[in-house]
Amino acid sequence: MALLTVKDLSVGFSSHVIVKGLNFSVNAGDYLCVVGENGSGKTTLMKTLLKLQEPISGQIIKGDSLKENEIGYLPQQTVVQKDFPASVYEIVLSGCQGAGGFRPFYNREEKKLARDNMERMGILSLSGRCYRELSGGQQQRVLLARALCATKKILLLDEPVSGLDPVVTSRMYSLISELNKEGISIIMISHDISSAVKYASHILHIGDRIFFGTKDQYLESNAGKFFLLQQRKAVYPGDVHFAPGSKGEESI
Amino acid sequence: MIEKLIFYFQYPFVRYAIIVGVLIALCSSLLGVTLVLKRFSFIGDGLSHVAFGAIAVASVLKLSNNMLLVLPVTVICAVLLLRTGQNAEIKGDAVIAMISVGAMAFGYLIMNVFSTSSNLSGDVCSTLFGSTSILTLTREEVILCLVLSAVVITMFILFYNKIFAVTFDENFAKASGTDAERINLLIAVITAVIIVLAMNLVGSLLISALIIFPSLTAMRLSGSFKMVTLISALLSVVCAFLGILISILAGTPVGSTIVALEALVFGICYGVSRIRS
Repeated sequence: MALLTVKDLSVGFSSHVIVKGLNFSVNAGDYLCVVGENGSGKTTLMKTLLKLQEPISGQIIKGDSLKENEIGYLPQQTVVQKDFPASVYEIVLSGCQGAGGFRPFYNREEKKLARDNMERMGILSLSGRCYRELSGGQQQRVLLARALCATKKILLLDEPVSGLDPVVTSRMYSLISELNKEGISIIMISHDISSAVKYASHILHIGDRIFFGTKDQYLESNAGKFFLLQQRKAVYPGDVHFAPGSKGEESI
Repeated sequence: MIEKLIFYFQYPFVRYAIIVGVLIALCSSLLGVTLVLKRFSFIGDGLSHVAFGAIAVASVLKLSNNMLLVLPVTVICAVLLLRTGQNAEIKGDAVIAMISVGAMAFGYLIMNVFSTSSNLSGDVCSTLFGSTSILTLTREEVILCLVLSAVVITMFILFYNKIFAVTFDENFAKASGTDAERINLLIAVITAVIIVLAMNLVGSLLISALIIFPSLTAMRLSGSFKMVTLISALLSVVCAFLGILISILAGTPVGSTIVALEALVFGICYGVSRIRS
């Protein structure tokens, strides 16, 4: 059974529907990229999946193997965090909070889990450093390590590379890709369609047209062709030629 | 000078003032970091005005111990303010301004119309600036203060990790299963208790300073949440202790002496951290 199945889901704020008629499922090991224009409801969908807000209609069904609170989340950075006095270790450890229930302090396994995940993300040496002094890429790795403390199965990432420079961006993508190969399912919101088609196994396109399918199906679909063309136009204004299925050619 | 201090320390009310002052300072510094970072400092300010209104009512009703009225009223208002703050459809900050200023106006009005006291402006002044109330504490008030401080400190230690998680990233905490709403409620209730306690020390107008200054200073000095909390607690205790001593020796008002000292320490630390960077 799928980890997460979404049936006829509509999301939005109070009575204002932003996206409706969403149907998709995520299986163990999938890498799903959610793409679409700004304001098409990507973040709202993610918040609904995380139960931070109620769906307007439809269902989100969790598979048997996925318990409550077993979702790791990498949110977009907030203004508060930019100036937050906390050490890397404190932040990563706080990822274990949800599993602890009423227990007031962290136990030995949780502390070990936090250290292991810092090592996994290559930030163990930054353990005592203050979060606000880190570079953007380092901060994202801290938040990723925290998300890994909360889950072993599925990660939800909201624009994990926004604001990062190209080198750090590609390093972040390969890090996420490695986690996916280790068996963690990924649901990622992305602006960057060329990286989405490079790394993802499935694509969910939301906007005027809704598409869900594998990456190859997406590249053949009208929604995919149109969106890729638009992005390419934005990157190379003037060059409007479009070669279908040219996924090997990374434009950025 | 030492002899003068030893002479004063023979009086129980001076010892009470020192014990209560240091405890209140400790409590009020604990949540400062959270309140500043969550942009909740306005709740502290609003609540202190509500507490002023409640004190006015209590003094008109001639309650023997006005904390029994002020504490529940302030806690209830804290919960209400938090609820409206979360509701995006109502302008949260406007509601807070309305309630706090309203409470202040009604408080003063009630004091003026119904008060039997011969020294009305003195009463109002001491409620606003806490000029002498710390030196006139009764034994029962000291015990109540001790109990409440113990509760606040225990709650803070027990929920420290959850408070940190919710302060740093409320959405993540919610998504990973922490009951963020309950923690926010706890933060609001503890804040209300601290404010009622601190009214004895610095009066309702200066409470925000007592909550916020030590944390802001500590945030200049350290980059870890635990250290910031410890440093701000330490600074707050030292400033309160020295402030009370100075005010005894120099005859200055207790509350404003402490706050002035804290502002001075903040200024020094700010300057040092600017020069260093």
